[in-house]
Amino acid sequence: MAASKKSGNTIAKYLPVYFALLAIAVVEVFLAYQHFSTGSLLAILLALAFCGGTLALRYFMHLAQESRGLFLTLIPAAIFVLLIMNMIWSDSFRLLHMRPFGH
Amino acid sequence: MSESEAAMHEHGATMEGSPYAIPSRKLTVWLFIASDAATFGVFLFGYGYLRTASVDWPTPFKFSPSILNVLIMTFVLITSSLTMLGAVDSAKAGDQAKAGRFLWSTILLGVIFAGLHIREWFGLIDEGVRLFQNPWGSPLFGATFFSITGLHLLHVTGGVVAIAVIARGFARGRLTAGHVETVGIYWHFVDLVWMFVVPLVYLLNLSR
Repeated sequence: MAASKKSGNTIAKYLPVYFALLAIAVVEVFLAYQHFSTGSLLAILLALAFCGGTLALRYFMHLAQESRGLFLTLIPAAIFVLLIMNMIWSDSFRLLHMRPFGH
Repeated sequence: MSESEAAMHEHGATMEGSPYAIPSRKLTVWLFIASDAATFGVFLFGYGYLRTASVDWPTPFKFSPSILNVLIMTFVLITSSLTMLGAVDSAKAGDQAKAGRFLWSTILLGVIFAGLHIREWFGLIDEGVRLFQNPWGSPLFGATFFSITGLHLLHVTGGVVAIAVIARGFARGRLTAGHVETVGIYWHFVDLVWMFVVPLVYLLNLSR
């Protein structure tokens, strides 16, 4: 085994992203206490969550530094699967009016 | 020489090159993450479906203790991602001692997160929330809440165990910086999922 070497401050370069993610979490809680409709709040919170997720993917998971082929294979496929799941919404709104789980 | 090139060199010319020019274990963890993202997607979409279709969905989360607890949990988990980044970079730089300290810090933060999560669960259970009933409204709230947060907690627990195994193996020289990097990608994914669980499961169900 090779002898252990000394490294410098390894986390300093990640601090801006770290603080950005913490700020997003605080802003989300702040906005949740404002008087938005449920739909608007959902859209705002999801947009912020996607921003946080993108930062984590790019800078924490280093996906931006991997080969473009890996990015193009994973991300469009994942987005496609998540978009396909949106088919359920129209049915959930229909059920809301029929009140299947209401008491 | 990169890790994938080194692996090729060891196995000779009969082996095909690693896809996307990255080590196979890293590709494997990326594929696992893509499928796991779909799993969490199903859970969150299913939760959204039931919440939308229920007229009496409970909103039990008060600022104190629930939301405050969630903010602390978020801080702990994002900080653990930072220490994991330190571990990966230190391991790649060959600083074994520092990488070990960062890895064990990550484990400690993961354990703290799990403890806070379980405390949150016990708080809700004390208030009468069960898998199929609660005092406030739709009985499906408990099923979706415990399923989603439970699946995430399972990932955190599995991650803590995996990091401990990697930390031990790396300290003994049996494992490489590539192993640390791979478990790091998984750990950041656990952090990423939490960024979606908080707004959807907690912040949309605030008690006002």
